[in-house]
Amino acid sequence: MSWWPILVLAAGAYACKAVGVWLGQRLPRTTAATSPGPDGGAGDGRLVALVALLPAALLAGLIVVQTIGDGAGISLDARVAGVVVGGVAAWRRAPFLAVIILAGAVTAGLRALS
Amino acid sequence: MAFGVLASTSGLSVPQAGALSLLTFTGASQFALVSIVAGGGSVVAGLGSALLLAARNGVYGVTVGPLLPRRRSARLAASHLVIDETTAMATAQPDEHRAREAFFATGISLFLCWNLGTFLGATGGSQLADPSAFGLDAAFAAGFLALLLPHLRTAPGRAAALAGAAIAAGGLPVLPNGAAVLASALGVGAGAWVLARQGGRP
Repeated sequence: MSWWPILVLAAGAYACKAVGVWLGQRLPRTTAATSPGPDGGAGDGRLVALVALLPAALLAGLIVVQTIGDGAGISLDARVAGVVVGGVAAWRRAPFLAVIILAGAVTAGLRALS
Repeated sequence: MAFGVLASTSGLSVPQAGALSLLTFTGASQFALVSIVAGGGSVVAGLGSALLLAARNGVYGVTVGPLLPRRRSARLAASHLVIDETTAMATAQPDEHRAREAFFATGISLFLCWNLGTFLGATGGSQLADPSAFGLDAAFAAGFLALLLPHLRTAPGRAAALAGAAIAAGGLPVLPNGAAVLASALGVGAGAWVLARQGGRP
């Protein structure tokens, strides 16, 4: 991968954080105090509510594309089993590293068998 | 450590993986960029998805901003630590003093662990003889699932996730993979609709 997307993401992500903090110190206290927390509570503005919901929508989209996408359409293969096993592990509160290794290993194992 | 392993098996060099963790320091965005670009998606779609995911940190910044130092240099440094975990820990405290302590304790320890882990994972991952034997795509998907679970605790979060998944699945046959991910962002509409029906309560 080339370097420029890495640097653009770093700059953009930092700008989001810094602008948020800067705004938070300037807005009246009541507005800041009712802004959404990480679990997506309700905020004052519609924009704030929409931004807080973005991770839910995008992460779900990423899961679908990584699990069944194959460049030109949909393909149901060994990935599905890996993701299901990893998902159960995550739901049972397994450590993050264990979740991804489990999913990758199950998929790799099935691919080796077929 | 997970990010380092997945980044290096996706073809990032150790310095690239390290720079992403040091400078971006927001996990979901880092995973999104690497998974979309490694999966053959366009850099623009990868960056777009990653930046939209990073936008939530701005909302967190508004929430924790009043707790952070006002002096410019200190404020700019503290801003880098505004992520899911630090915001959750700070907002869970009963008073401002403890909230500030929790923010910095969580932020600094996570920053050290995240970067040390990335370095170890990337160094180890780059030693793998045949990274393609590992189910990288499934590993990414399971990682995203683990990151998604906390967002499913509220009804608007569940609606946004369901709609995002449906849009991505519908988009797959007609859109490039990266663009299908980007389109899933429109799922927030469903979440907002549920939120409005609830009268704005979470």
